[in-house]
Amino acid sequence: MVDNFASSDASDMNSQTVSQNSGTRVLGSPLLTANGLVKRFGGLVAVDNAAIEVPQGSITGLIGPNGAGKTTLFNLLSSFITPDAGQVLFDSNPIQNLPPHEIAHRGMVRTFQVARVLSRLSVLENMLLATQKQTGERFWNVWLRGKQIAKEERQQRDRALEILHSVGLAHKANDYAGGLSGGQRKLLEMGRALMTNPKLILLDEPAAGVNPTLINQICDRILTWNREGMTFLIIEHNMDVIMSLCDRVWVLAEGQNLAVGTPQEIQTNSQVLEAYLGN
Amino acid sequence: MANYLVSLIVVTAIYALFSLGLNLQWGFTGLINFGHVASMALGAYTTVLLSSEGIPLIVAVPLGAVLAALLGIVIGFFTLRLREDYLSIVTIGVSEVIRLIALNEEWLTKGAFGVQSFPLPLQNFRPTLLSRLFMIAILTAIAVWAYGKIFCWIRQRYQKLNGSVDLTLVLVGLFALGGVVLYWVAASALYNFSQNPARNGLMLISVIFVAIAFWMLERLADSPWGRVLKAIREDEEVAKALGKNVFWYKQQSLMLGSAIAAVAGSLIAWQLTSVYPSTFEPLTTFYAWIIVVLGGSGNNAGTILGAIILWAYFEATRFLPNLTQALHSVFSFIPPAIDPAREGAFRLMLIGLLLMILMMMRPQGILGKKEELTLGR
Ligand SMILES: Nc1ncnc2c1ncn2[C@@H]1O[C@H](COP(=O)(O)OP(=O)(O)O)[C@@H](O)[C@H]1O
Ligand SMILES: [Mg+2]
Repeated sequence: MVDNFASSDASDMNSQTVSQNSGTRVLGSPLLTANGLVKRFGGLVAVDNAAIEVPQGSITGLIGPNGAGKTTLFNLLSSFITPDAGQVLFDSNPIQNLPPHEIAHRGMVRTFQVARVLSRLSVLENMLLATQKQTGERFWNVWLRGKQIAKEERQQRDRALEILHSVGLAHKANDYAGGLSGGQRKLLEMGRALMTNPKLILLDEPAAGVNPTLINQICDRILTWNREGMTFLIIEHNMDVIMSLCDRVWVLAEGQNLAVGTPQEIQTNSQVLEAYLGN
Repeated sequence: MANYLVSLIVVTAIYALFSLGLNLQWGFTGLINFGHVASMALGAYTTVLLSSEGIPLIVAVPLGAVLAALLGIVIGFFTLRLREDYLSIVTIGVSEVIRLIALNEEWLTKGAFGVQSFPLPLQNFRPTLLSRLFMIAILTAIAVWAYGKIFCWIRQRYQKLNGSVDLTLVLVGLFALGGVVLYWVAASALYNFSQNPARNGLMLISVIFVAIAFWMLERLADSPWGRVLKAIREDEEVAKALGKNVFWYKQQSLMLGSAIAAVAGSLIAWQLTSVYPSTFEPLTTFYAWIIVVLGGSGNNAGTILGAIILWAYFEATRFLPNLTQALHSVFSFIPPAIDPAREGAFRLMLIGLLLMILMMMRPQGILGKKEELTLGR
């Protein structure tokens, strides 16, 4: 649809101040920018020349009807699949050709629409795995640097328990992650993402299939972490969540950008309403 | 009888070592390797062919391990990026190719005729009393360490069951008691080392190798490195999302598991004192699978227990024909002894049946954790 959509609409929102229910946030330069992303599955064009931009320090929303290509866009941004065309810049560096683990190293970590936990590892082990560049993850270091590894493990353990505490899972630390409920899994996934010490967290439907109390808890967490400096890109269907969290919302329909604006603007955008109702 | 038991210790140790390699790949990393025996064959042939040329064993054995690790990395390179079932198909194919090469490249391997009369470790070793006592001390240290672990495990389990006793506990207890006899047999074999230096030496070497491999693998499993492997086993997408180079970790697991299997190959060559291609048929791989599944996937101690149970079973059923013969002479409705080929098939059938029963009663394996089965994905 709109060809130079990103450049016309996205660029002039750099370093602006957005007033929200959540308070006033000063948005920085873009942390993540994607342009002209295309992904075809056979005949189906799941993502069709899509763009997105996530300013530093923001909570950016990504919405759209089912099958609009939001998850596919996440997969493209995190290099889980390779785009047929387009570019992804993270921290001003092109990343679309990097393997997924390299992207996590650089500070962009994603979660999954259906929360994925490592069932037969404990909740704490799920957290400990997330730390980047651990000394003990190298085969030879296991033999040569035992002391350093033990020290890191102790530090990471404290940090993991702190985060688990903040997501309300501290009492489950030693249970199998496979025994958690759906909502708890979402919380664990978020905590695990934070544990990687990222610059940007991509959340795929953090509130889907979660009971209302836990939804509040999840939103609380996101806001707190954002206040502490974390940037988020969030796919979500629950409009209350989008309204209460996001500075800026991007709308995707049939793989293309449909609109971008503040949550209020999006809610009253007739094209957006049509796209949702028409589906 | 003592000779027989010493040989039994050797085979059991070899299969335990071989299966520990598979347990690293399958139990910890979730890699389906149906061609594990290929590494064993590489290890066996490399060791005997090089040592026949005068290359010292201490060089030949590691070379075999390195070759097997390289084969692992080549297979991994071509299959690990594909869907996971490709690895299983390709590995079984490669193991057959290796065996057929051994069968057909007679200039190198002497084909079906096999390689014989190669050097055996410690065959010319005539230890003094002091050296023999030293060897017994090593054996004793390993035994004490093992019994320490077993004792801790029994105590923990006993407490977890709130003072009651279950079948696993009884089984482990029985094996631990039987182990005392084996320790005695092994120690006296070392004391009378010179009666059969090659075999007694091999016994000590095999036990030491299993102990080292077990110690290494346990340490790895408890390390952040092992945690990444387990994460890959559970869900490799998560591992990727969290910044782990899944492909490379799988390669490391393949390499290390193959290298361990290659060392088991050197040992089996020394045990058999001759190497034939037929030793490395796919069945051997499946023995390792039986052992790993029996003991509980992802459990190193379980793997060793699995090897003990499998060989105890094989040895116990060896006397089956004699038994049926004897019974036949009393009760004519019981069929007389069956011929060896059918008897072998029958023993395998029986173990298949026993495995099925075990999988119904204890799908997690003997030392596996039951709680893990009830977990959602
Ligand atoms: N791996 C795939 N192979 C084929 N089609 C796919 C694949 N992944 C997604 N799709 C299709 O792409 C479209 C967009 O899917 P998705 O990104 O999951 O949508 P959303 O997350 O917005 O609901 C859907 O029509 C879906 O069926
Ligand atoms: Mg989706």
